[in-house]
Amino acid sequence: MSLTLFLILCLNGLQYGLLLFLIAAGLTLVFGVMGFINLAHGVQYMVGAYLIFAFTGLTGSFALALPLSLLAALAIGLLLEYAVFRHLYARPHLDQVLATFGIIIFLNELAKVLFGPTTLSIETPAFLSGAIQLTEQLRYPVYRLATIGVGLAVAIGLFATISYTRIGMLVRAGSTTPEMVAALGVNVTQLFRVVFGVGAMLAGFAGIIAAPIFAIEPGMGDNILIIAFVVIIIGGVGSIGGAFVAAILVGLIDTLGRSVATDLMSLFFGPSMANQVGPALASMLIYILMAAILVFRPKGLLPAKGVVA
Amino acid sequence: MTKIKHLGAGTLAFSLLASTAALAEDLKIGMVVTLSGPPAALGQQIVDGFQLALDQKEGQLAGLGVELIVEDDELKPDVALLKANTLIEREEVDFVVGTVFSNMLQAIFKPVVESETFLISPNAGPSTFAGRNCNPYFFATSYQNNQNAEVSGLIANEEGFENVFVMAPNYQAGRDNVDGFRQTFEGTVSDEVFTPLGHQDFSAELARISTSGSDAIFTFMPGGMGVRLVNQFDEAGLSETMRFMSVFTTDETTLPGQKDAAVGFLAAGSWAPDLPNEANAAFVAAFEEAYGYIPGSYAMQAYDTANLIESALAATGGDMSDKDAVRDALRAADFTSVRGDFSFNNNHYPVQDFHKLEIVKREDGQFHTSFVRTVAEDYADSFHAECDM
Repeated sequence: MSLTLFLILCLNGLQYGLLLFLIAAGLTLVFGVMGFINLAHGVQYMVGAYLIFAFTGLTGSFALALPLSLLAALAIGLLLEYAVFRHLYARPHLDQVLATFGIIIFLNELAKVLFGPTTLSIETPAFLSGAIQLTEQLRYPVYRLATIGVGLAVAIGLFATISYTRIGMLVRAGSTTPEMVAALGVNVTQLFRVVFGVGAMLAGFAGIIAAPIFAIEPGMGDNILIIAFVVIIIGGVGSIGGAFVAAILVGLIDTLGRSVATDLMSLFFGPSMANQVGPALASMLIYILMAAILVFRPKGLLPAKGVVA
Repeated sequence: MTKIKHLGAGTLAFSLLASTAALAEDLKIGMVVTLSGPPAALGQQIVDGFQLALDQKEGQLAGLGVELIVEDDELKPDVALLKANTLIEREEVDFVVGTVFSNMLQAIFKPVVESETFLISPNAGPSTFAGRNCNPYFFATSYQNNQNAEVSGLIANEEGFENVFVMAPNYQAGRDNVDGFRQTFEGTVSDEVFTPLGHQDFSAELARISTSGSDAIFTFMPGGMGVRLVNQFDEAGLSETMRFMSVFTTDETTLPGQKDAAVGFLAAGSWAPDLPNEANAAFVAAFEEAYGYIPGSYAMQAYDTANLIESALAATGGDMSDKDAVRDALRAADFTSVRGDFSFNNNHYPVQDFHKLEIVKREDGQFHTSFVRTVAEDYADSFHAECDM
């Protein structure tokens, strides 16, 4: 493998990891703080992508559409919380899974009704549409580099908020002993709502920045949700730091694994066999990692403090 | 369950409705297609194409009132099987039209043909039922899966490509297409890559492609994968140094998402919206007027399927009881295909012309595949000799 290819793979892995982090951050907080299993979290990613598509179409400008989409994603998250999810907090996990799965089906179908079943795409915003010439034939889009930068900035901001602000302190406390926090006079319902809204907005944000790179289609959030769950299990439920480390890890392993696995297999098997086994093995890698974590560190890599697993 | 009861023209007065409702008993057609998830657009085209043919004939085929029952297989074999069983056992349909995907067809094939119900595939054309396992109750109005890739190999030869990079998703149809391409391509396959189904990020593959020194890439990336690949291929600047040829990757279902990035790309197929013949021009114009989008091959094949069924019923005088007579009538394929020449081989797969296609932008800013020239005339699939029908 050439150095250029390796560099590209690392950049892609990082980018994919940061995207996963944006989704997993909300998921892990909602699960950690509220003990609420929200399968509909992945659908927020899709909602974000459709929002930026709709608003870019309306305003004709990505820069203008971005804040509008973020606000709308937040509003939709809060609306779902108010209309559906808050009735489920006290219910058993199975009820939560059923109800949020219903939301997935509903929103996927709604996207299809509103935007049609075909795959959509939006153009990369003009101010980020340049590319860096890596080799003679190959360019690397600036937009992808920008998503890495933005992803890192959000991660740092989130980490600082959780670690050093009053609301962050409440979230951390709420994630381990919500009863105690409530007893100290904090409006836990309000806290939950804020966490939920921010989580939904982050997932929506992931969808927004992913939209120009990947295509927009109904059900696009379903697969990424599974990976996001893998991330929070590896990182430790309720832990932002854990989600970050695990997301980057999963992103890199998945991306590098796909390219390396086939090369590695061709050392042992013939080319056609390697082409069969390599991709199959590569797609298993992150699940193998998750299984290993569950066996050896069931609380995750960086468990939230005080969590009883 | 989606049920579309076709009761003639819906706007007719009550008395007329009552009389067509009686006709609705005449012929029942069950349809099993994928209408949910990312590939829903393909299934929708099939429903729309078939419906257009029915609407044009005021809800009747050969004078028989048609009840069309549309079922969604959700791209799950077990669901497809359940829906197909419902159609043949409870609804007792005369024809089952389906499916979009080959693995769905494999799921419903046995129960449908064993119930001696005619199964007509408007898209899926797996090799499995083309050779030794061909069946008197099964017809495909589309193509045999490998054919488009085989023709792509011929196009690559004509274009003088010496090194071609091949990429496909890691599942049966992906491998079939790679095999088909290898079968006819005379140059060197510089590398072959199998990606996961539903692959998101192609930049690692694109990096490999850029260093492979290939003249062109051949790929099969249906649906959203195709949109992502084409856009990323273009962004990486590879369009300037190599040609892009594909099957089911740049078609009317994906072009709205690919737009200018796909213009000039090559494709192979048995049809394009601007294929020059009278029936086709009328079909495309009527379809666009009815549904507001340019039909793809899926819609075209469904339209042909409806016309095929009508031609068979006309030949038997609307009699469905003599299955052998219906089969002979279907085999005759005595209808005007919008593809031009069309006939059935001994294995009930079509013998038809295949063309080189190119993606163009129309004057109104819409994109479609465009006919360039015919590459293979009366092209039969490679499996029919093994079929002893």
